[in-house]
Amino acid sequence: MMVNPVDPALSSALADATEKALREAEIRLPSDVLAALRRAAAVERDGIARREFENILENIALAEERQVPICQDTGVPVVYLTLPPDVALSPAIFEGIREGVQRATTTIPLRPNVVDPLTRKNTGDNTGTGMPAVHVTPGDRLTVTVLPKGAGSENASRIGMLLPSQAGDIPRFVAETMLIAGGKPCPPVFLGVGIGGTFDMAAALAKEALLLPVDTMDDYEQEICDAVNALGIGPMGLGGDTTALSVKVKRADCHTASLPVAVNVQCWACRRAIVEVER
Amino acid sequence: MNLRTPLGDEVLDLRAGDTVTLSGTIYTARDEAHLRMMEEGIPFDPEGAAIYHCGPVVQDGRLVVAGPTTSARMDALTGFLIDAGVRALVGKGGMGPEVVDELRGRGVYLALTGGCAALAAARMSLSGVYFEDLGMAEAVWVIEADRLPLTVGIDAHGGDIFHAVREKAKTQFHQRFNIR
Repeated sequence: MMVNPVDPALSSALADATEKALREAEIRLPSDVLAALRRAAAVERDGIARREFENILENIALAEERQVPICQDTGVPVVYLTLPPDVALSPAIFEGIREGVQRATTTIPLRPNVVDPLTRKNTGDNTGTGMPAVHVTPGDRLTVTVLPKGAGSENASRIGMLLPSQAGDIPRFVAETMLIAGGKPCPPVFLGVGIGGTFDMAAALAKEALLLPVDTMDDYEQEICDAVNALGIGPMGLGGDTTALSVKVKRADCHTASLPVAVNVQCWACRRAIVEVER
Repeated sequence: MNLRTPLGDEVLDLRAGDTVTLSGTIYTARDEAHLRMMEEGIPFDPEGAAIYHCGPVVQDGRLVVAGPTTSARMDALTGFLIDAGVRALVGKGGMGPEVVDELRGRGVYLALTGGCAALAAARMSLSGVYFEDLGMAEAVWVIEADRLPLTVGIDAHGGDIFHAVREKAKTQFHQRFNIR
């Protein structure tokens, strides 16, 4: 049965799911992210870096205990929606997601971070023109995935239109991104790398790569990760073995004359959560 | 070392890389608060004070979370505070060479782990506010801190751990990728 595209119940269900996903993401890190942090903390050799890890792990525990956000930069809402065949893409869906963000801002609470890009006037509720960013893909179930993105790490992200002959330079481009960033994006970081597609697609792939589980890396991802960790930037730029906790790559085919590469930097608080919409 | 505000010459003994805790009254200030203080004066006694680079989440008079923000944004806005007697800057990511010079013989930069907003708030209570019209993130919040866990990032003798790490990273990068 086709769901009514202006169904207010659907809109309300999406608001509930969005609010729930944001609460989960802001307060509790996913188990694969937590495991990556614990693994790195256990093998870190630098004394200062070990203390930084202790603070990070204590902070994660305190956020859950006190039911407060992990970081005061609660980010801007990035939302990924999967839509099953029986649900039409309608304004009601976007309205529901927007309402969920507004509600979460008050109930969690979140810091209002969304402003006009030029006047810098704050909208007050974390929504605005183009915000939340919503990406829709077909799927089996109606789910809302949120990725609240903080500015410190987003500001360190980079895109390059490499030459087709420079495929071998991709690890260098990624390592250079962290060399420039230093301690600013709150390392140890997770890196999403988008390779190929078009200018815009590479950036989208890089962000989607941050949704992938971080407990495995293929040889190529490991090679890039090793190059980044060789820099020794360490937690918070204070030095140490761990600069990147993982590198995940997503690829798309591209024009024979171009090689877009995007690096989306994510701080250690790799916040994401998925909630199935109840309907 | 356990530091307590108001701070004095004990900060001159610290070396970059040392672990310290900080207790007592501290004042939050970000970009807008620095600009306001330069224009209208410092609303608290700056002698021996500690400035915290932070834009907290405050709800119903309570600090919900209060982690450090990127200190480097305040590089060009910090000199007048040190001149007025401020002894410690608390934040994340380190500060520029002008601040390293300004701190010589006078004060220190203390690094708090970025993102540790729940940990920081658990060791703080709110006791007042100045410039509340600047908004939640930009106001000067008066905070009583209880043993904040910090690393000396920049000492009073030109020691700068962030600078040392950056230089080492540059060398590593150039070696690994054969850049002359």
